[in-house]
Amino acid sequence: MLRVLLAILLAVGLITADLRFNNLQTGRAALDSLASPIFWVANLPARLGLWTETHIQSRGQLLEENVRLQQENLLLQGRSQQMASLQAENVRLRALLNSSALLRDDVLVAELIGVSPDPERLQLVLNKGASDGVFVGQPLIDADGLMGQIVQVSGSTSRALLITDVTHSVPVQVNRNGVRAIAEGTGVLGSLEVRHVSATTDILPGDLLVTSGLGGRFPEGYPVAVVKEVERDPGEAFARVVATPSAALDRTRHVLLVFTTYDNPEN
Amino acid sequence: MADRGGHGYGVILLTFVAACVLAVLPLPPWLQWGRPEWVAITLIYWCIALPHRVGIATGFLLGVGLDVLEGSVLGQNAFALVVVALLSLILYQRLRVYSLWQQAAVVFILVGINQLICQWVQNLEGVSALPLLFLLPAFSSALLWPVVLHTLRGLRRYYRVS
Repeated sequence: MLRVLLAILLAVGLITADLRFNNLQTGRAALDSLASPIFWVANLPARLGLWTETHIQSRGQLLEENVRLQQENLLLQGRSQQMASLQAENVRLRALLNSSALLRDDVLVAELIGVSPDPERLQLVLNKGASDGVFVGQPLIDADGLMGQIVQVSGSTSRALLITDVTHSVPVQVNRNGVRAIAEGTGVLGSLEVRHVSATTDILPGDLLVTSGLGGRFPEGYPVAVVKEVERDPGEAFARVVATPSAALDRTRHVLLVFTTYDNPEN
Repeated sequence: MADRGGHGYGVILLTFVAACVLAVLPLPPWLQWGRPEWVAITLIYWCIALPHRVGIATGFLLGVGLDVLEGSVLGQNAFALVVVALLSLILYQRLRVYSLWQQAAVVFILVGINQLICQWVQNLEGVSALPLLFLLPAFSSALLWPVVLHTLRGLRRYYRVS
């Protein structure tokens, strides 16, 4: 009986320590690295599927894909031709305004090795950890937009919280006119809610929401979501705005971890 | 050959590791809510089969491990699995003489309690599930109980774990 009491007290102690005081990070990181072999094994079937997909493919398919990728490459190169001059111009203009210039965002490619088994918890496990320079709070993107941020780092793996998790919020602005807002997760993978937008705010379905850079956690300008519907009820103080995340939150296998370097024009 | 030194600690550990792997195995979205609580039912089996060896302490350690795997609040699954282990230890004599489906009904209740406790702790954190959907794992665990029972019993008899 004593054992039961002890175990339950210990468990309650752990819950309180983790929830209220948040001081179990280092212990958790150590345990997390112990858990990574289990994720590795659980990930084997998926890797096998991927392996067969890459190795057992007809020549025709490969040629077709090659042509498609070449076209896409050409398109992207064409679009980025003016990038260098525009960036230089941006730096000059920012220097004129005496504001800090955003030099560049370096990215690190990470692979997904696990997703949270709990459907209420939208988390991913990545194969890059502290040894690769990953840090808590680091933004995570894919090819289409912002995915989330790192919440836990261990030696060789890390855990990321998706933007649609109920405990996650991200400061955004409407790309069209710069209206600022906060986009909160709803716990459903394909939906975000923009809170506390007054009923008269200029925000329309189809508007692109990008990170505003306020709060200092996410760099400015990454696409977050596209507004899906705006509901203005005269009886309510705020409009209800629902948005669909731009990133492919449930389909991506490779993600990018963003390292932002700020540089002041003075130095 | 009957008695090999460690009394089969390795076998018990291996079944728990396998349960942990199954617990984090990626599933398609429509199946995710119904994922059986593999670790809980494995723990229930060993509590019934070997109550003098597997119990509260095992439940606690497993729970902490599962918390780390799931990325949930540390102590959430530990609390739930300690309660599950305690109840199985209290009920094991009765459970052994029950028929398979009566056992499955008890498993449903035990896993249901496990889910309920997890839900309470998650609510403290602010993560709440759709109503009653969180009881789906209790159903699937009870349905899978016969399979788990026969597999684990076969393993236990083959390796003579006692």
